[in-house]
Amino acid sequence: MIAEAGLAALWLATAFAIAQLLLGAAAARAGDPGAMLPGVRKIALVQALFALAAFLILIWLFVTSDMSVLLVAENSHSQKPMLYKVAGAWGNHEGSMLLWVTVLAVAGAGVALFERRLVAETLAATLAAQGAIAIGFYAFLAFASNPFARLNPAPADGQGLNPLLQDPGLAFHPPTLYLGYVGLSVAFSFAVAALLMRDVGPAFAKAMRPWVLAAWIFLTIGITAGSYWAYYELGWGGWWFWDPVENASLMPWLAATALLHSVNVLATRDGLRAWTLMLAVVAFSMSMVGTFLVRSGILVSVHAFAVDPTRGSFLLALLGLYIGGALALFGARVGTVTQGATFQLVSREAALVLNNLLLSVILGIVLIGTLYPLVAQAMGVQLSIGAPFFEKTAVPIALFLIAGTAAGPLLRWRRDSAQALLGRLTIPVAITGVAFALFFAMSGFTSPIAVLALALALGLAAASIAPLWKRTLRRTPLPIYGMVVAHLGIAVSLAGMAADTLFKQERLAAVAIGDNLTVGPFKVTLAEVRPTIGPNWSAMEARLQVQRGTGQPFELLPQQRFFANPPTNTSEAAIATLWDGQVYTVLGTADASGRWQLRLWWKPFATLIWAGGGLIALGGLLSLLGRVLRARRDARAQEEWA
Amino acid sequence: MKKLLIWLPLALFLLVFALVVNGLIEPSDRIVRSAMVGKPLPALHLPPMLADRPGIDTKTWPKGKPRLLNVFASWCIPCVAEAPQLMKLKAAGVQIDAIAVRDTNPDVLAFLARNGDPYARIGDDRAMRAQLSLGSSGVPETFVIDSRGVIVDQHVGDIREEDVPKLLAALEKAK
Repeated sequence: MIAEAGLAALWLATAFAIAQLLLGAAAARAGDPGAMLPGVRKIALVQALFALAAFLILIWLFVTSDMSVLLVAENSHSQKPMLYKVAGAWGNHEGSMLLWVTVLAVAGAGVALFERRLVAETLAATLAAQGAIAIGFYAFLAFASNPFARLNPAPADGQGLNPLLQDPGLAFHPPTLYLGYVGLSVAFSFAVAALLMRDVGPAFAKAMRPWVLAAWIFLTIGITAGSYWAYYELGWGGWWFWDPVENASLMPWLAATALLHSVNVLATRDGLRAWTLMLAVVAFSMSMVGTFLVRSGILVSVHAFAVDPTRGSFLLALLGLYIGGALALFGARVGTVTQGATFQLVSREAALVLNNLLLSVILGIVLIGTLYPLVAQAMGVQLSIGAPFFEKTAVPIALFLIAGTAAGPLLRWRRDSAQALLGRLTIPVAITGVAFALFFAMSGFTSPIAVLALALALGLAAASIAPLWKRTLRRTPLPIYGMVVAHLGIAVSLAGMAADTLFKQERLAAVAIGDNLTVGPFKVTLAEVRPTIGPNWSAMEARLQVQRGTGQPFELLPQQRFFANPPTNTSEAAIATLWDGQVYTVLGTADASGRWQLRLWWKPFATLIWAGGGLIALGGLLSLLGRVLRARRDARAQEEWA
Repeated sequence: MKKLLIWLPLALFLLVFALVVNGLIEPSDRIVRSAMVGKPLPALHLPPMLADRPGIDTKTWPKGKPRLLNVFASWCIPCVAEAPQLMKLKAAGVQIDAIAVRDTNPDVLAFLARNGDPYARIGDDRAMRAQLSLGSSGVPETFVIDSRGVIVDQHVGDIREEDVPKLLAALEKAK
């Protein structure tokens, strides 16, 4: 019964999405849109409540281990710990798509509830567009991947969840990432509405900005958390693999980052109108392309749960409809968007255009690298594209972008002089130069790119704080702090990546109990290997004694886990986080003579990679807070006037 | 010019769309073909796995007659499945050499005692280096080496009954 209730909720949500589209469109064309708008707002809210209900019901089915539901039987097991029963609801294709549409509906409801600044017609059209997107994805769930399908007869127990996913990371990574991915739908709907209503200007940009920021913050957290999850769970010691699915999350982030900067130009200076609309369309399009790439199984990846051509074709049809439709609308209407304010070659605007262009180029490279296997296949060649391609192409451009990030905030709007800019950049440039010479010599004149990255990171760190120079700190607006913190986060993260590339040390050896290994400044002793058990796994656990020089020794306990349902081995890395880096240990299998494979890394300052990601998100949060508080203050001031 | 630029995103999207449709209609096969096919054998220096016969060394590779090079392991189930077909090929007069991947002497002896012994030489590839340099992505795989020591064909996965004539034809062509 409960599963049927979930399906019913889904159908009701669909019905309300249709109503949202029709009424929203009617309101947008009506003479007095303000009269119909409250109704459309309520419909969007109800649609989200039904979607949320369906999603909660699915979680309930997983929690109660209702094996008569096909999805639960295929992906859950009664012995699984509670956390993974709950999170298991989205650790599969159908459940994750349901989460996707739920976030879509909730984002729409958020706009309906909180958006007060947008012109009534544009808001009605935005909600209509949001409803239109939802309809397609509800249809996808109903016709191609019903999460509530029954299984008759019900099996005694389920097949269990992929052990790689049985990690607290599963509880947080997909929902945050989806909030970011799908949150960008709001920007998409805004852009579509703006094109339809021919309403593009600073007011529109100011209304759109917080929504883009919010989605971008979640996306940043999602990517950072996902990177750290892969880092410790997969046991390969790497933090980014250029896997198609990682690329799928990076592409919307790149587009959203560009959008975040261009929307500022539109809001502050009324420039870059068409370009901002384009980016808003592209950002969510990249989210949909990412969803398609992952969910259709067209590209092989660890994230692809199932390969099903029907689903692929269905998603592809939706993609064609929404992206193609929005781009066609852009082509047809953008000509009527009048050109905004112009600016000089050396100015804040120009720096932001450069930022946008470089981000777009990186986006293009990642897109080409991700899709090229499909191109090659069309020409009858099988190949895969890995890290070397992206490192040779995207990384140098990213370093250009970093240099621009240092300079941009130190430029004035509209017009500035190159000489003045150089003056303001003296200290960062000096730091970069000295650091480059120093580290290049230290690293034995190898890997100039990584050394340059590290030097640029230090320069950017100095330059990112510079906008606070000579300001009254207490009266500096929050968004400025947001920018400073986010740019500093980029410097911190980049420093971590470069340090990891330059200074990490690795040892792989087969050792007997009692043997010693050294990695970097550490002496690692394999004290013992003992069996241990957890809630639904058993493991061989190594007790490693780790000591730096004559310092206090500490223990690390990497495991080789065996899960019974489904039968799978995973290796659980043990990581010690120290102030200056991480010791990363992985236990392999034993050989015939009783020696154990041990894989050890010393990764100096690797932690900075994710700390930087956190700072970037924090910067976004500060900026968002500043914008929202400012909007409230303005609204209150307006009321007092009236 | 500006008009064209406005429609460029849609054009690019349609191009990608067409590609993806093509990708969906003709799903790629998931078999990884070696890039070494058509090239001479890479430099291999594998010590003998068993005391009674030599290992694999490119320098002393017997030329003049095409041979098979079988990548296998005693711990690999499909290798057991293809053993009868290898014996059939041997009975047809084919010379078969082998690379044993991540294996030990007693395990290989036991494997050959149980499943038959078609091999003229067996190289010990404990570290999987030779396997990688051949461009082989798993076990079992079988390479057809022509009379000049050039890799002319690769069979991925176990050799089934119906693959035997194909391999014999490939060997005939490689003379």
